[in-house]
Amino acid sequence: MGNRTIIPFGPQHPVLPEPIHIDLVVEDEKVVEAVPSIGFIHRGLEKLTEKKDFIEYVYVAERICGICSFIHGQTYCQGIEEIMKIEIPSRAKYLRTIWGELSRIHSHLLWLGLMADAFGFESLFMHSWRVREEVLNLIEATTGGRVIFGSCKVGGTRRDIPPEQMTWLLAELTKIEKEMRLIVDIFLNDNSVKHRLCGVGVISKDDAIALGAVGPTLRASGVADDMRLLKYAAFGELNFQPIVRNEGDSYGRCAVRCEELFQSVDLIRQAAAKMPAGEIAVKVTGNPDGEFFSRVEQPRGEVVYYIKGNGTKNLTRFRARTPTFANVPPLVKMLAGCELADVPVLVLTIDPCISCTER
Amino acid sequence: MIEEQTIIAVMPETLVAETRKMKEQGYRLVQICVTRLGEELQLDYTFDLNRKFVNFRFLQPKNGARVPSISSLYWCAFTYENEISDLFGVQVDGNALDFKGTFYKTAMKHPFIQDAAPAVVPAPAKAGGQ
Repeated sequence: MGNRTIIPFGPQHPVLPEPIHIDLVVEDEKVVEAVPSIGFIHRGLEKLTEKKDFIEYVYVAERICGICSFIHGQTYCQGIEEIMKIEIPSRAKYLRTIWGELSRIHSHLLWLGLMADAFGFESLFMHSWRVREEVLNLIEATTGGRVIFGSCKVGGTRRDIPPEQMTWLLAELTKIEKEMRLIVDIFLNDNSVKHRLCGVGVISKDDAIALGAVGPTLRASGVADDMRLLKYAAFGELNFQPIVRNEGDSYGRCAVRCEELFQSVDLIRQAAAKMPAGEIAVKVTGNPDGEFFSRVEQPRGEVVYYIKGNGTKNLTRFRARTPTFANVPPLVKMLAGCELADVPVLVLTIDPCISCTER
Repeated sequence: MIEEQTIIAVMPETLVAETRKMKEQGYRLVQICVTRLGEELQLDYTFDLNRKFVNFRFLQPKNGARVPSISSLYWCAFTYENEISDLFGVQVDGNALDFKGTFYKTAMKHPFIQDAAPAVVPAPAKAGGQ
């Protein structure tokens, strides 16, 4: 046994856009144990429900995260609607699906760029983010916002996508899809990329379940679990099967996200083709009185909102279990036994969002 | 209704035994959640198997809540157990990775069992000037 040394990783580190700290116990260059610390920027947003009107709180929910902001708002609205037994218009369900999948595309492209940056492929990083900008342009054109969409509300959506704009959006998406294929080809087939990802940070199927992994981290280990199978929003009317890989390593997690890019494009096309005409929102009266665990598939995995209302405008409890929070234990498991040089890559393979985690 | 959500009342004394049954059936631990209900805390332990949602629930007093750890069965529970300890003051016995109150850096101890501070009323705008 070599000498054991503890190397602090984070909270400030070039690959970490947000603060998480990991004490890496190493023997020579091998990590033998990892102890995570979070909580540097805990914002107490859950506690805000005691002061904010439940209708206004959508704005707070959207600001839990700057990447999957729309889906946070959607998960919150869905939970309130379930408690209040509000049936939103069918068109609103399709609009939520389309904006949710656009969020997934831009989130995965952001992650691909960060991953390329982590293993030193700068031009690939720039290409990934260049294409992501084009997706943000679609979001800006349809919602008015690039990061915070502000288009979801309790009872439906605030905005619509007119038919002529939908035609334009689909045409743009076809161009983006071609560019994404060029990028994905490098991520999945380039030897230098595979050298950094294949066989690194393997999580078995049983371990992934036992450790509570979610999202691409879970599906890359052979588990076909995706909350979109719950058929929320318009997913019940679309042809959808989760992307699953069996490698269980960093390459598998990368491949799941790459394939989900094109799956999301397909889902947007399906939704655009089937979206009915009509209203986009219903009037909401009264206050929520009851409880519901609202579950939605974010780009990083399953998010769970527990919402409990008491018949007043303030909720008794709002609790968000974000996907990164669930993926911290699998990350700790991945790090044990890895090479020190692989730590930044492994940390990124769970697509950590500390902003979400520190809600 | 998007999904059926089964909520089962358990006793703190039987929590570990009931959780073991879930583990043996292949359930994934989804979350542990605490809700303050006046002078009591409602504890929820959520599990999922192929999108079948099962939730264990029991109450504890707001002050002096104490529960056994399930981290010997689901090691990943250590994050949730540290969270409920730091935010709600729930004492968890036998947590596999106990941060002893340092998992979250909060300005006050156990903030989620404190009464809400009164809403800040903005000062009236001053008349005149730019």
